[in-house]
Amino acid sequence: MSARRVLIFGGIALIAGGMLFGDIFAVFLLHQNGGRTGEALLAASRAVTARDSAAVRQDFARIGGLLEDHGTKLDAHAHMIAAGYLALLLALLQPYVALSCRSRKILAQLFVAVGLLLPLGIFLIHYVGLAYSPFSVIGWASVLADFAGALLIAVLIAEAWGLWRYFRGLRPDVGEPALPPDNSWESRTLLAGGTLLIVIGFLYGAWYAAFDLYEHEAREKNILSAMLNASTGSGGDAAQFVGDYGRLQAEKAVDVAAHSHIIEFGLLAILLTFVQRFVFLNSRWKRFWVRLLLAGSIILPLFVLLEMHLGLIAGGIADLGGLMVLIALLGMLAGILRYTGALDAQEENAR
Amino acid sequence: MSAARKLLIFGGLALAAFGMLYGLHYALFVEHQTLDRMGGSLTTAFVDAAERNLPATQLAIDEYTDTKYNYVRQVDAHSHWIGLAMVMIILGVVLERLTFREGTRVAIALALSIGSFSFPSAVILQTLTHRSSLSSGVAVVGSALVIIAMVAAAVGFARQRILA
Repeated sequence: MSARRVLIFGGIALIAGGMLFGDIFAVFLLHQNGGRTGEALLAASRAVTARDSAAVRQDFARIGGLLEDHGTKLDAHAHMIAAGYLALLLALLQPYVALSCRSRKILAQLFVAVGLLLPLGIFLIHYVGLAYSPFSVIGWASVLADFAGALLIAVLIAEAWGLWRYFRGLRPDVGEPALPPDNSWESRTLLAGGTLLIVIGFLYGAWYAAFDLYEHEAREKNILSAMLNASTGSGGDAAQFVGDYGRLQAEKAVDVAAHSHIIEFGLLAILLTFVQRFVFLNSRWKRFWVRLLLAGSIILPLFVLLEMHLGLIAGGIADLGGLMVLIALLGMLAGILRYTGALDAQEENAR
Repeated sequence: MSAARKLLIFGGLALAAFGMLYGLHYALFVEHQTLDRMGGSLTTAFVDAAERNLPATQLAIDEYTDTKYNYVRQVDAHSHWIGLAMVMIILGVVLERLTFREGTRVAIALALSIGSFSFPSAVILQTLTHRSSLSSGVAVVGSALVIIAMVAAAVGFARQRILA
């Protein structure tokens, strides 16, 4: 298998794995974790009313654990998908990497392996903690994740070195053929749709930074002050402020998730433009997977945003959108597997 | 390979490596300490409130919000550098499909490259110069450059579709 094929398979598998993990996280863990964090915060505010400092510390230790659990899972999801995107990008650049065939292949295999190791390390941070660690705040799982991150950087620098050699006029012994232009309906639709998704995501991000970010930060400070004033008996209902705090966190989370997901899906659509020629399916199926992917790419961020107004129904529809993207991705991967199977069969027949 | 394409692909790879190096440095030397400080100051605020020491409570809340202000921006800069680097590389690969003259392509590549570096840099600058107009101004200009470049790219692709 050539370096490009390793990177295409590995990249799509990492993206699909990251999305599946994200869907499982969203359905089974996200809301439950948020609910438990709210309960712990309410317990802390009641401990403040009861002047019980020890109970406050206990409640915050629980909140810290819950937030770490939430944050590491979110980071594992995001880093796995980002590694997948980078793998697909490197696949596109392979014709211009002036390194030997063997070096390119080793780099590709290493990239995919550490692309899996990095999110695994991040995922384990919450469970491994500081067990047997010689450091005061960094555990072995963090060390694993940081090591994988360093290896990713090293591979990227090596690929950049290969590109630099190509631009200096050097050519690899056995190069990957450059991709011929593809002007098919699938390719054009993914390119246009992906670019549009990215532009919408950028505009939404700019809107969020201009009108919501600072307001959210100021509101968080006010709610915390009001919560503690109410807990000390200076007026107001602490439970209501805990609820307000939870809603604010949810508001921030949906804004950030909508912004990041729409851009990521746009990137994915553009990247998939280049693998369409390798999807060995008839045009009816190819178009179906493209439509499904783009529909899911709009549904997920849109309904994530609507979650604040429509509640869990919108959350369920958003999860369905994520599942549509995932299924479309697996459908295309199946087509690519058929293509490479056909290539292998041709090579065998030629021998 | 055109100059615009080289700029986007090399610039994108360099920016991705830079963003990752920043992330690695942040994870090793800053993140855990920042999270500890953030959690610690919020706990302190509640403990001080339990002890009815309200001025100390307010100070701890201020410290918590300041630390969180920095944390959010540091993480955002890392993710935006890498995300925008990927956009640069992709646009570099498909640049030939933009139905514009080479000069326009170079302008788009320049706008995207400058914006992709300066926007997250300005976000980091905000942590050093809290809410200064300089950092906010650079962030606005950087993000505007990125958006304009992507809108121009979308127009270029749409024209290709019409011509096809």
